[in-house]
Amino acid sequence: MTDLTRIDVAELGRLLTAGEVSAVEVTRAHLDRIATEDGRLGAYLHVEDDAAVAAATTVDEARARGEELGPLAGVPVALKDLVVTQGVPTTSGSKILEGWRPPYSATIATRLADAGTVLLGKTNMDEFAMGSSTENSAYQVTRNPWDLDRIPGGSSGGSSAAVAGHLAPWAIGTDTGGSIRQPAAVTGLVGHKPTYGSVSRYGLIAFSSSLDQAGPLARTVLDAALMHEVIGGHDRCDSTSIDAPLVGLADAARAGAAGDLRGVRVGVVRELGGDGHTEGYEPGVLARTREAVEVLAGLGAEVVEVSCPSFDLALPAYYLIAPSEASSNLARYEGVRFGLRAGDDGNRDLDDVMALTREQGFGPEVKRRIILGTYALSSGYYDAYYGQAQKVRTLITREFTAAFADVDVLVSPTTPTVAFPIGTRVDDPIAMYAADLCTLPASLAGLPAISVPSGLSDGLPVGLQVMAPALADDRCYRVAAALEAAQDGARGHRLLDELPTPAGAA
Amino acid sequence: MSSISRDDVAHLARLSRLAVTDEELDRFAGQLDQVLAAVARVGEAAVADVPPMSHAVPLTNVLRADEVRPSLPRDAVLAGAPAAEEGRFRVPRILGEEE
Repeated sequence: MTDLTRIDVAELGRLLTAGEVSAVEVTRAHLDRIATEDGRLGAYLHVEDDAAVAAATTVDEARARGEELGPLAGVPVALKDLVVTQGVPTTSGSKILEGWRPPYSATIATRLADAGTVLLGKTNMDEFAMGSSTENSAYQVTRNPWDLDRIPGGSSGGSSAAVAGHLAPWAIGTDTGGSIRQPAAVTGLVGHKPTYGSVSRYGLIAFSSSLDQAGPLARTVLDAALMHEVIGGHDRCDSTSIDAPLVGLADAARAGAAGDLRGVRVGVVRELGGDGHTEGYEPGVLARTREAVEVLAGLGAEVVEVSCPSFDLALPAYYLIAPSEASSNLARYEGVRFGLRAGDDGNRDLDDVMALTREQGFGPEVKRRIILGTYALSSGYYDAYYGQAQKVRTLITREFTAAFADVDVLVSPTTPTVAFPIGTRVDDPIAMYAADLCTLPASLAGLPAISVPSGLSDGLPVGLQVMAPALADDRCYRVAAALEAAQDGARGHRLLDELPTPAGAA
Repeated sequence: MSSISRDDVAHLARLSRLAVTDEELDRFAGQLDQVLAAVARVGEAAVADVPPMSHAVPLTNVLRADEVRPSLPRDAVLAGAPAAEEGRFRVPRILGEEE
């Protein structure tokens, strides 16, 4: 029998709808693989096991009764562990929330459940999504299926490892400064950060509220678009969610795969790996990027170079804005309403208990960012740091606006290097932050951006980032799908098919 | 631009309600100094006349109808609390000895 863990979501949905496979079969196939493979990958913090089989059974019974089900009913899904799920452990990768079972569910979790998808479990992540390697998780190391000694990216590294390792057909990630796109790039997946406001943040454990967005990690551009259509759209529970219909994202992916990019203007951002801006970029990453752009040109796209000088300031601006917002958001962990409480011996007062709880519950990167954010927001420094960073944010947004007057999409490498070895950057914040160099401009401007595989360098995946104007997520899917179809066609198989198959896999 | 001293970190940790250890103070002071040096470049940007941007989506006053909707059951909420008593969150005493 075909290995059900290797089938794309679009095809799985068709097989389930046609009754050729049951939801229980598909779910069990994934649970079995998790049982044998996750010991080495460390992708999951929690697996639903019997609850997943029960949910799948419900779908099969409904289908047997002839109920009208959606096209994705019975497809399993994994959620990054900052998506709040009623009754299911949710930690955000932090000890401060160990054992917490939320009393409600995030809007995106509810929408996925309403579509009939089956929750497999919750995936590992950098604590409170702060990191680019998943090494900042308070619980475990997650490994890259392409090379077990390397990071799976971060902060959505549990989700990327799960999908690339075929422990889930797709997964939810979240992206504040690149945490969907960079893990996708280094594991050979497609990852899309939607337009800010395109996907509800209700029930997502907040890191930096003006930047956080949830989105898909998938094996194909079409699957990513299908998930975006399920989770996206207006939500009255999130006042920043955009009250406008999603444009046809799956249609855009299908159109792109047809391979005609005539009339599409592609801008290559000089400041992100172009002439004079190659420091820190691996030659293999730049070569794959050049080749991908040539493929787009070969499909009819008009390619020009675009200069956005203030993008050089995106990294410093981000590392002031995000910690500032985090220092405020993380004030809610006070050891009273949920999670950990430490040092409550009957003598200590609330202030001391709070400080001991936070000291014990937060890891080093979270503490660093809380302290940095508190500093950047403090009287006397506010204008020089946070205020200045907010003005830089305006500059970056203006340069995007100017660029999009002349081009339809902008492209760059997704991240300057392939997956780096575990342990090499975790004690060097500056080196870790460099992984976000290319993804930060679109984050700060709130724009949609996708990472799509562009090939291998030294046997490890490289991603191309495609950025578009706000609410033009369809352009990301269209251009990414065109590249994917052209490269898959040229090599005769998918990039992910070159993944070394772990022993024991079917 | 300024740098962060060990005393500064201790002060900021107090403001942030983090009971950091001496070892952490030494480590964070060095690391935060490095991070601050790396982000200080924002100070070089010519942005005197540029308005600050706090948010990607320009939104003001999103209002909803003022209607009663069901809230979470009390027990469900208290179930997640580290300590609860008599249907309420139990909190350590709020005032110190000297107060």
